[in-house]
Formats: sequence, structure tokens, C-alpha cells
Amino acid sequence: MDRFVYLTFDGLSRGAVYAAFALALVLIWRAARIVNFAQGAMAVAAVYVGYSVTEKTGSYWLGFAASLVFGLLLGIAVEKAVMRFVDHSSPLNGVVVALGLVLIVQGVLGILYGNEYRPVETPFRRDAFEVGGVALLSRYDVFVFAAVGAVVVALTVLFTRTPVGLRMRAAAFAPDVSRLLGVPVGGMLTLGWALAAAVGSLAGMLVVPTELGLHPTAMDVVFVSAFTAAVVGGLDSPIGAVTGGLIVGLLLSYVSGYLGATVAPMAVLLLLVVVLLGRPGGLFSSSKARLA
Amino acid sequence: MKAAGLDEPYQKRTPLLEVEDLTAGYGAAPVLHDVRLTVRPGEIVAVLGANGAGKTTLLRTLSGLVRADHGRIAFDGEELRGVRVEQMVRRGIAHVPEGRGVVTELTVDENLRLGGLWRRDRADAARALSEVYDLFPALAQRRASAGHQLSGGERQMLALGRALIGRPRLLLLDEPSLGLAPMVTAQILALLRDLRERTGLAVLLVEQNVRSALSVADEGVVLSLGRVVTRNSAADLRDDAALRHAYLGF
Repeated sequence: MDRFVYLTFDGLSRGAVYAAFALALVLIWRAARIVNFAQGAMAVAAVYVGYSVTEKTGSYWLGFAASLVFGLLLGIAVEKAVMRFVDHSSPLNGVVVALGLVLIVQGVLGILYGNEYRPVETPFRRDAFEVGGVALLSRYDVFVFAAVGAVVVALTVLFTRTPVGLRMRAAAFAPDVSRLLGVPVGGMLTLGWALAAAVGSLAGMLVVPTELGLHPTAMDVVFVSAFTAAVVGGLDSPIGAVTGGLIVGLLLSYVSGYLGATVAPMAVLLLLVVVLLGRPGGLFSSSKARLA
Repeated sequence: MKAAGLDEPYQKRTPLLEVEDLTAGYGAAPVLHDVRLTVRPGEIVAVLGANGAGKTTLLRTLSGLVRADHGRIAFDGEELRGVRVEQMVRRGIAHVPEGRGVVTELTVDENLRLGGLWRRDRADAARALSEVYDLFPALAQRRASAGHQLSGGERQMLALGRALIGRPRLLLLDEPSLGLAPMVTAQILALLRDLRERTGLAVLLVEQNVRSALSVADEGVVLSLGRVVTRNSAADLRDDAALRHAYLGF
């Protein structure tokens, strides 16, 4: 039982990161109908920048902020310089371009920082508090929950309570109609990429120090889990992304805890297959709304 | 209450929209050829013609969704060609597209507020919003419903109401009667008349339903294969049997 409780908290903590990363994927999917396969590489680039700033200044928080700002700017650059010009006649075009970006970003990072794994510090201790003899969660886990929770709340408020959020949703659902109503659709798209890339960078900053270490391909594994989370939730649904992230986190934690870490990636793929067979639109798909 | 300058009959007013020699289309082969037409403040002009005559393309070209190849589109004396689509609403042009353009994923209230987001005058945007709810009580009751839950008539009211929130001077209205019961169509056309009386709104109305379009319009422009074949008063068009048979099918 103790072990179950521990694995549950551990799973939720990992899941929170996947949730953030899946949320970033969903943001871009909703805005541009592109699955941004380059998101992992972009996030790693932002993490490198963050830890470079931390090394120079000695402040984790300056590095943390720098990473998010760099992520935001990288998102803008990628949309304005690359993705804007992708031909949408086939959905594969965006995917291929994004995969090309992955190679470029990872190559540049390798040139600039080298291809070796670099261990990086967490801002808080990772040993778990014990409550009644059971190890529950660490200070770092609390930080992860707080950071992801803050992002989810902020995005929810942005999209449901502000004029910019209304413009962004309208631009995504009905670009031509939105333009006729004076919405700068291109600008909303850029903003979507910027926000998504910043959220992806946050996920990178949270996950890289825990298990991966800094390396140009550090986020590849996370991307697979987060992509599964996003698909499980239904690519269109932010709530689905968060729920999917937590489900994937728990699954990974239970499977690696009870069956061994080596089978965990298979469990994620199995989940993906089961969801795609049973509910191809994802658990929270809004297909009803779209068909009507 | 009448808007300024509306005391004289509309025929004598300075044109609001003047289209000359407009050629436009999608790619190599133009859909519209040398189209000319004029809309004056407070005037309702019906664009008539068979399927594929270029009626929808004409509206889409005027609002910038389709690029004009050549010709002149003057609105209030200023050239509209090259003006970005998202600027049209700021100039006073509202386009209610074919299929109404309700954002079905958003609620009624969100759709309406979207129509006023560009406005600097927030107080007047809020006033316009409540006027639309007064004009269409059915929408006020369904404020929180998603667009996809609305009936066809409610969607048309929503699209029209959303356009009015921008307090346009020219309304480009594409097939408002499509899929609507005759009663609802009549209501909407009566509303157009009322609006032009009260606010001097000019309307360029694309309609398949020629009878109802001519019942509300002052003038009609008949398009055939992208060319203007006749411009005349609505009354004369109704009486011109040969023309009706040739181009309008009744």
C-alpha cells in the first residue's frame, strides 16, 4: 500500500510535466492544425539557454525566466520564419517540416554545447517528505505541481475570460470569419506558437533535471509520452491534455514500479493503441461540436 | 430618427461603394469580368443570378477575401483594393458570408462580443451589444448556447446581429434566406428595410430567392457568368418578363 501511494504521487508529478508538454502540443494543434514534432527540440534549446544563464549568473530563477522568454521568442521565430510558409494541402507537410526543425535544432545545440549528457541541478530537494512513515512527495514535486497548476489556470483564464483569448479561439476555429470581424488571424497564430513554446520550455525546465540530464535529444522520450497524453485527451482539448498527461504519468509510474522500467515505454504505446481503437478522437474529443 | 444626409432620396446621395471594371477570381481564370455597380447610402442593392454567376465571389472580392485582378473598388471615395481583410470592418464594411459564418464552437454571447472586439469605443460596443439583444430576443434567451445548438434562423440572426455591432455603413449579405423558413426570411428582410430607414445602412444583398430579394431591394444587378447583364430598379426587373426568363428562372 505504501508503495502504491508513493507510486501514485510520483506518477502525478511526472504526469504534471507531461500535461504541460501535451498542453503545448494542443495549443499549436488548435491554432494551426499542426502537431509540432519539433516541440521537444525547441524545449531543449530553451533549457540549454536557461542553464547557461544560471551558470553565468548563479541564479536558478534568472535562468528559469530566461528559458521561458527564450522559448517564447523561439516559438515566434519558428512560426514567422518557417511554419507560416508550410503548405497545408497535406497534413504531412507540417510534420515533415517539424521533423526537419528537430534535426536542425539538435544539430545546432550539439555544435554549441556538445553532445554529452550534462547533469543539472533542481532548485529544490528531491527527497520525499514522509507522512506517517510513507514517502509522499518532495519539495521539487510541490514546485512542479505549483508551476503546472499556475500555467493551467493562467491559460484557462486567458482563453475563457479575456478578449485576446476569445480572438485566439475564434481565429483557430474560423479564420476567414474572424478576419471579417477584424481579428488579426496571423498575429493570433504567432501568439499561439509563442505561448505553446513557452509552456513547452517550462515542461523542459521541470523534467530535464529530474531524470534526463541535459542533452540535445533529452526531450525525445518525453515527447513520446506527452504526444500520447495529448492524443489520449483528444488533440483539441486542453482539459484532455492535462488529464491525458496525468494518466500517462500514473501509468508509467505504476508499470515501472511493479513491472520494471524497461516495459514502461511499451505500456505508453499500448495505451495509445487502446485509446485510438476505442475512441479515435480521444477521451475529450469535441467531435460532436465539429460535426453539427 | 434619421442619420445625417438621409433626407434626400437615395438616388441623389453620393455613392458609398463604386465598383468599376472589377475582374477577379481564384487563379488563372477570372470569375468576375468588368463588373460595375454602385451602392448609395441607405440603398439596398440585390445581386441576382444563377448558381455560378459569381455573386458570392463578388462579395468576397469586395471584402478582400478574394484578390481583385484589376478594376477599382472605391468605398467612401477611398480605394479598397489592397486593404487587408481585417481592416474592412474598421472602414465600416460588414460581410456576413455564405453559410452565415457563425463560429459554432463559441457561444452566442462570445460570437456577438467577437463582433465588437475591434472597436475602440468600448461603451458604444457594449451599447450595440444590448441593442442586438433587444432586436433579437431569441438570441438573448440563448446567450450561453454554443453556436452549433442554434437553428438556421437563429444563426442568421446571430450573424446579422454580430455584423451590426460594428455599426457598419455597408452590409454585404450573402444568401440570408438559405435554408430558412419563408417567415424567418421575411423577418430578416423587413429588418434590413428598417435598418436602412433608421441608420442609412447600405446593403449589397446576394440572393437565390429572387422574388424576396426584389421585394426588399431598390435596385438589382443581374450577373451571368461573371458579367453584369443588367442594372435596373427592382420594380423594372420584376416586370421584365424576358429578363426573368433568361437569367432569373421565373
